[in-house]
Amino acid sequence: MTASAVPAPTPASTGEMSRIRGLKTRRNAELGLLVFAMLLVAAFGATVEANQFDEIRPNFWVPAALIGLLFFGLHMVVRFTAPFADPVLLPSVALLNGIGVAFLRRLDLENAIANKLAVPGFFAETSGRQLAWTLLSLILAAVLLLLLRDHRVVSRYAYTLGLVGIVLMMIPAVLPASISEVNGAKLWIRLGSVSIQPGEFAKLALVSFFAYYLVRKREVLSLASHRVLGIDFPRGRDLGPVLTVWLFSLLVLVFEKDLGTALLYFGLFVVTLYVATERSSWLIIGLILFFGGVYVAYLLGDLVGGPFANFYDRAEVWLDPFSQANYERKSGNSFQLVQGLLGLGTGGLFGTGPGAGSPFKVPEVRTDFIFAGLGEEIGLFGLSALLIVYLLIVERGLHAALAVRDSFGKLVAGGLAFTLGLQVFVILGGITGLIPLTGQTTPFLSAGGSSLMANWLLIAMLLRISDAARRPATSGPERAGGGPKKAPTQLHGAMTEVIKP
Amino acid sequence: MNAPLRRSGVVILVLFGMLFANLNWIQAYKADEYRTDPRNNRVQVAEYERPRGKIEAGTETLASNTETDGELKYQRIYPKKEIYAPVLGYKPVVGAEVGIEAAENDILSGSSDKLFADRLSDMFTGNNTGGGNIIMSLNPAAQEVAWKQMTKNERGVTKGAAVAIDPTTGAVQALVSMPSYDPNPLASHDGKVATDAYKKLIADKDQPLLNRGVANTLPPGSVMKVIISAAALQAGYNLDTSIPAGSVYQEGGATIRNSEDEVCPGNQITLKDALTTSCNTGFSKLGVKLGRDVVMNTAKAFGFEDESLRVGDLEATDRGLAVAASRTGAIANEDGSVDKSALAQSSLGQRDVRMTPLLGAMIAASVANDGKQMRPYLVQQQLDSDRRTIYTAKPKVLREPIDAAVAGNLRDMMVSVVQSGTGKNAKISGFKVGGKTGTAQNAEGADPHGWFIGFAYDENGKAVSAVCVMLENVPGGHASAEAARIAGLIMKAAANRGGN
Repeated sequence: MTASAVPAPTPASTGEMSRIRGLKTRRNAELGLLVFAMLLVAAFGATVEANQFDEIRPNFWVPAALIGLLFFGLHMVVRFTAPFADPVLLPSVALLNGIGVAFLRRLDLENAIANKLAVPGFFAETSGRQLAWTLLSLILAAVLLLLLRDHRVVSRYAYTLGLVGIVLMMIPAVLPASISEVNGAKLWIRLGSVSIQPGEFAKLALVSFFAYYLVRKREVLSLASHRVLGIDFPRGRDLGPVLTVWLFSLLVLVFEKDLGTALLYFGLFVVTLYVATERSSWLIIGLILFFGGVYVAYLLGDLVGGPFANFYDRAEVWLDPFSQANYERKSGNSFQLVQGLLGLGTGGLFGTGPGAGSPFKVPEVRTDFIFAGLGEEIGLFGLSALLIVYLLIVERGLHAALAVRDSFGKLVAGGLAFTLGLQVFVILGGITGLIPLTGQTTPFLSAGGSSLMANWLLIAMLLRISDAARRPATSGPERAGGGPKKAPTQLHGAMTEVIKP
Repeated sequence: MNAPLRRSGVVILVLFGMLFANLNWIQAYKADEYRTDPRNNRVQVAEYERPRGKIEAGTETLASNTETDGELKYQRIYPKKEIYAPVLGYKPVVGAEVGIEAAENDILSGSSDKLFADRLSDMFTGNNTGGGNIIMSLNPAAQEVAWKQMTKNERGVTKGAAVAIDPTTGAVQALVSMPSYDPNPLASHDGKVATDAYKKLIADKDQPLLNRGVANTLPPGSVMKVIISAAALQAGYNLDTSIPAGSVYQEGGATIRNSEDEVCPGNQITLKDALTTSCNTGFSKLGVKLGRDVVMNTAKAFGFEDESLRVGDLEATDRGLAVAASRTGAIANEDGSVDKSALAQSSLGQRDVRMTPLLGAMIAASVANDGKQMRPYLVQQQLDSDRRTIYTAKPKVLREPIDAAVAGNLRDMMVSVVQSGTGKNAKISGFKVGGKTGTAQNAEGADPHGWFIGFAYDENGKAVSAVCVMLENVPGGHASAEAARIAGLIMKAAANRGGN
């Protein structure tokens, strides 16, 4: 299949179809929601100025309009390249991204006021850089949508992508700490002033590879098994890849000193495996392996230290962050975590209001702890709203997976959506003390280009798959002609291996 | 593949549900705890948004603020440093206030209900009106004389305390504790400076943070004889009643001698002369004769055993500088019967008798105020941010240990002590001064503590001041003579007759 195999329908045919089939493209709803999201971002900016300057300056709306313009650009691309895409995804992500930029600008403003500097321009400082990253991310997303007219094309490059994913993931682990280590976690490639987190991109490549691999192996994995204690256990040789990935994620945990990334990759693999095989035994095996591995790493950290020490510290701190001993601990103290929690607590139900809190009390408030900084100002109600927006994005992604007709698409969309949800859980659970803290970025909110670009690519992929999912089956003459007569395996976009006894 | 996808959706839902529940726990249930956690620096930032009220005495400013460029907008400063520190305490950035800064915190910080009008107008104007101000009862002249004389005493003593009270009102005129400390570094916005200063003070073996005027008890020595005299007078003795004396008195295991051989060597001495010369054998015998219960009850009537007294303002009597309870000790054998040798020694303020300097001043004040002991206080006035008075101390009688007649007799005896007895150093020309010295043995080989409690009437017969001076471990003999000298100067200053 080539990209040209599924051409975008013209707007005229779209309109016609919506009348005839009752299948609307919903692009105008998307635009409306986008405008609403940008109004919220503008209102956030206005409140920040009211609290920081004691007045709302006449150009308060400019940042919201600038970023809104970027989203409008992507919206137009979606309108022409993925007209049936889910209309909620783009505005939801735009709201998060917009709030992120607005909050970073709020930090810049306070910084400038505190240091008696001039009010920073719209393209200056962290928020300006984030705006530029957003532009770059949206361009990447648009390019993906333009070039990739059918998500199944990706499956052709699955092994290449798998290799790329593993390489990206392992680069920081093998680089010297001076280049790769930030705050104790080796997740980075730092070149001068530019830092890249290659792992963020790795997850996209790995999802595609897993999806392809599992679509091919799903029959083998789900049918050949031994039944023990009422649970179907897979054959030993089929366990190979799972064990490989498990070992791999533990290696990440140990050498990159990062539980979050390990949990993310392992969770991603187990879930795609589960979805592909429909067998809960994989979930049980996966969970036992992961938590067993984590517990062993904890014990090793206590006994051996060395590469396990970082994780041991984090776990200890997590168990009782407020104890003075952990607060003043020499290595890996709970200062960050406690200050984040105190910020959240200070915000309370309604928050201090955007611009009225003291987010600089929280270390790393621009990146890992942005949620805590925001939480002080928008309170439980605001954070709950953000959580719901995240949930909406994830569930919409899963919905696309449910609706799309090919197995590869289902696994990719399901895997990506689940990974996004898991990442949100890992970082927010970390800063709220639910699980040990790990150095993950908060998708779309945190300052940083890698995370933003990778996550926007993820969204572009979901948009593409949701477009395929909601597109009427008869929309293209090519498909209408070939569809019913082809074997179902081809609909999966990849061959399925048959069982060899 | 749809069923597992749906279940994955449920898993995400559950994970987000956990996040939501945890956020509720943090931002709703634990919110107040986190908001006020000492590690939450926002608490301090909010606190320093408005200037804390001033603390003043007479025309002197004892605590005020300077504006800073920092995040904490006001720096608390104590211009008089050590002189007032034991009374005022300090307001640290992190942690609890100390002293009057703690006792009057709600007024000074502006959170008191009495300042509701200020807070209400703040809400509408958006201003940060400062906290209320505190006017101390302290007399700066007396306080500074007391500090100067204590720290530059003629015996090189490094530890001690001096307390002066207005006998008719209970207003504390001076309260000095030596050694003292500079509260300014403790109030520093630089956490390291504050912590280092505190650590250094807490490690100092001379305990500069201890307010020896109110929070420390020591054996009062012969000062106790005032209480025995009061008990005797109440029991029907008068000034000329002869009491048995002698150069040595053996009671059980205790041998009582006089401080000098020439003090009351005869078999009999009048009560007045016994006090004037500080006759140990006389008072030991008198105490034993009066009995344990009389001695203990009289001491209690004067304020011994009071565990709840606090010195601050007269409205919130549960706040203020906590006064350590002065004790007579049990004076009992193991079976609970009267231990006569202990009683003989306790009658001289030895054995287990312990007293605060404040109580010493209060005892002298009761005698000077016709037997009425006024509740001591440190806060004369509370003013709002516009310096309108919101509280003025209304003196209260705390207890009435003796009646006016007994007080009159006791006064004459104590005046005799200063006129012709052991307390001559306390004399003030033109004033009628009474008092009692005390020299307390404390540890084997250590120099004794020197005490003086006393009072002064001015030319018009008005009781102007009652005082207690205590010097720890005074070398060179006649430990109480230096205390008496300092006491006289403090009382003179308290009566606004200057003097250094």
